[in-house]
Amino acid sequence: MRNKVSTGSLFPYFIWIVLFVIAPIALIVYYSMLDLDGNFTLDNYKAFFTPVYLKMTLTSFWYAFLITFFTLLISYPTAFFLTKTKHKHLWLMLIIIPSWINLLLKTYAFIGIFGLYGPLNAVVKVFGFEPQQILFTDFSFIFVSVYIFIPFMIIPIFNALDKLNPTLIYAARDLGASSFTTFRRVVFPLTIAGVKSGIQTTFIPALSLFMITRLIAGNQVITLGTAIEQQFLVSQNWGMGSTIAVFLIIIMFISMLLTSQKSKGGRV
Amino acid sequence: MKPLIQATIAILVICGILFFTADRLESAGSKGSTDTITVYNWGEYIDPDLIKQFTEETGIKVVYETFDSNEAMMTKIQQGGSAYDIAVPSEYMVEMMKEKDLLIPLDHSKLPNLQNIDPYYLDLPFDPSNKYTVPYFWGTVGVVFNPNLIDDHLTFDSWDDLWDPALSGKVFLVDGSREVMGMGLNSLGESLNSKDDALLRKATDKLIHLSPNIKAIIGDEITPLMINNEASVALTWSGQAADMMWENEELDYAIPKEGSNLWFDNLVIPKTAANVDGAHAFINFMLDAEVAAQNADYVGYATPNAAAMQLMDPEVVADERFYPNEELKNKLEVYENLGLEWLGKYNEYFLEFKMSIR
Amino acid sequence: MRKLTNTSKLYLTIVFVILYAPIFYLIFYSFNSGGTMHNFESFTLEHYRAVFEDSRLIIILINTVIVALLSGLIATILGTLGAIGIVSIKDSKMRNTLLSLNNILIVSPDVVIGASFLILFTMIGVKLGFASVLLSHIAFSVPIVVLMVLPKLLEMNTSLIDAAHDLGATRRDVLTRVILPYIQPGIFAGFFLALTYSLDDFAVTFFVTGNGFSTLSVEIYSMARAGISLTVNAISGIIFVVTVLIVIGYYFVTNRTKHAHETGAHE
Repeated sequence: MRNKVSTGSLFPYFIWIVLFVIAPIALIVYYSMLDLDGNFTLDNYKAFFTPVYLKMTLTSFWYAFLITFFTLLISYPTAFFLTKTKHKHLWLMLIIIPSWINLLLKTYAFIGIFGLYGPLNAVVKVFGFEPQQILFTDFSFIFVSVYIFIPFMIIPIFNALDKLNPTLIYAARDLGASSFTTFRRVVFPLTIAGVKSGIQTTFIPALSLFMITRLIAGNQVITLGTAIEQQFLVSQNWGMGSTIAVFLIIIMFISMLLTSQKSKGGRV
Repeated sequence: MKPLIQATIAILVICGILFFTADRLESAGSKGSTDTITVYNWGEYIDPDLIKQFTEETGIKVVYETFDSNEAMMTKIQQGGSAYDIAVPSEYMVEMMKEKDLLIPLDHSKLPNLQNIDPYYLDLPFDPSNKYTVPYFWGTVGVVFNPNLIDDHLTFDSWDDLWDPALSGKVFLVDGSREVMGMGLNSLGESLNSKDDALLRKATDKLIHLSPNIKAIIGDEITPLMINNEASVALTWSGQAADMMWENEELDYAIPKEGSNLWFDNLVIPKTAANVDGAHAFINFMLDAEVAAQNADYVGYATPNAAAMQLMDPEVVADERFYPNEELKNKLEVYENLGLEWLGKYNEYFLEFKMSIR
Repeated sequence: MRKLTNTSKLYLTIVFVILYAPIFYLIFYSFNSGGTMHNFESFTLEHYRAVFEDSRLIIILINTVIVALLSGLIATILGTLGAIGIVSIKDSKMRNTLLSLNNILIVSPDVVIGASFLILFTMIGVKLGFASVLLSHIAFSVPIVVLMVLPKLLEMNTSLIDAAHDLGATRRDVLTRVILPYIQPGIFAGFFLALTYSLDDFAVTFFVTGNGFSTLSVEIYSMARAGISLTVNAISGIIFVVTVLIVIGYYFVTNRTKHAHETGAHE
């Protein structure tokens, strides 16, 4: 009986999946098997297994991994400290608000900030160093990507930490655990669901990042997302674009399977 | 539960108020007019005062929608579902749209102002006898550079200057396969419309030798970098070069002697048009000498309108960098539609070059 | 709980400075009398005046906000129901498949989503404009809501629900009195991130819009070729200040009423 609540609530969600996920995927798979003249072919799949695209797949994976890693590294302590501030929910909102300003505008601002004559290099000069080339480097690319994903990582972790029962921590401390042990054995395991959700909302979209690969990395980083964009909009080759998209989705499925939790079924 | 319900109600109330405000603003704008045209153009690519003037003169209300790439614009028009009466494609896109039968022929009897256009820009290969298009702005592809930041011997009189070892890590290229591959082909003395695998291979190999000089391959963001003296050499379009030079007087622009690309943005009436008469009225209005002069002044690109040039600042029109002389113009080539297969090849070669940068 | 140490305060300050740096940079140049985001010439308010004189831009701004709020609201409802449903599925294979399907729209590049939605809408005959843009924004915001609500549902104690059932609560009561209040932070997180997705989207909106309907993002991206005007900076500055004021105001109003009920709950 109690599962009826939940299955009933799945209905609108199923409609969404059928209309906006299954139908577009069917279209993409269909297009991926068409050549430029609209004839059926599997050549696009063959073309994907060439060094150019395989290298791109690896690049996308590597950068998505780096971005997720640094986002987590910065977000976890931020979320942790935020839960201890006085007006924590207000501060959390203030973390989200910057993401509501248009990304292209913010990217242009970053171009200015990172510039040779920008404010960041002015600071560098105060410390007596030569102005550094920051734009079009791995650093600037990963920095701006991490900037974009920070709110998506902080929020789920914050939510997990927020409701953490403080008595658990006191208990651990009373039993003689050090701060680090308390964190590793008590706090972190209890927030793992939030961390996972944050990793998913960072890693998955990071695989298909495109715009800032050009704006901030000057096309020195080419990801699968960039390639799809180019195939659709420049080469007008929707077939090849769709093929890359199919592989991107397959990669996502695989990484989901690898990180999925196995046993916690049938709740609620 | 209570906060959730409160939040839902608050959102609905805010949306209601906003809907009402937008509706009031919109009806105040149209003043009860039913005659409307939809213009589909790049952002900031027309003087907004002219749109108001057009509505005052003709009573036709203008809805202005924007796109950011030729290809995306074509996809929208091909798919239909929205009534665009005017679109502004570049010349290679005109050919593609013609091929796909997406354009409506122009009625020249409704465009008396067409005589204002310099005959040099009429009857071009991409649209013989201007059956479908009227040129809107035009320009070239060349090198914008800052003479104060690079060696004096570099004048970009020849494309080969880009390969000069003194420019190591200094060159910016625009992110376009036709522009970059075209530059490679031109530098070999070949046509930028070449359909020859061996030539493209040769051009790509030459470009790969350029890799050590490349700083980045970017798009419109080159403008702030050049203005800020942060980039010293860039391959770009003349229109953007003009924008940069307006802000930074140190900059110069050169079209190398081996030749380059001549491009046109054109006014067309796409198949999606719902008000063909209104569209003709709009094109004719934009061809008016005073209107075209004011628009060229606002946008800063080169106008093909000879009558308008008479009304513009003589210094601007006499600038051979943006209004090149006959001799140079004869060396410039307009992009031909290569067909999707060859376009794909250009992109593959370009991608190979891009991946070689690191 | 323990108070923040000075090091952690410094850490938070640095994070906030970085998050807000580009925004203050944008706002700073919105007062530039020169036309670009560099070389500050002198102070002016002309770009702000231009915003209020341009009724087209204001309508576009209003459209953007309406689409964001409505799509966020509807996506939150759909996503929350979906997440509750997903958690209730016993078969773990089935559950993981659903979750992977859920994430497809997050991994697909915007241009793919935009193009396929465009084909979809013209096939089933949805008129391009407000409705198609709203539907698409709902569609691509649902997965993020699911991902935000899911962890809260997973950590929820099943015994709570069992207890409620034992005490004779109806299905409806369990949902509204037990589940929803518990996962509320996840629901709000999902809504706010859905707003982020909606406000930032350019490519999908571009493909599915039409008939004069436009959003701020489409406007800004299409300006890139001929140069982004500082009017856009000014409008972003206004949006930013208004949002911050609303959030702070709302926070303190609700906090005061809350304090009346539960004094001393916070430090």
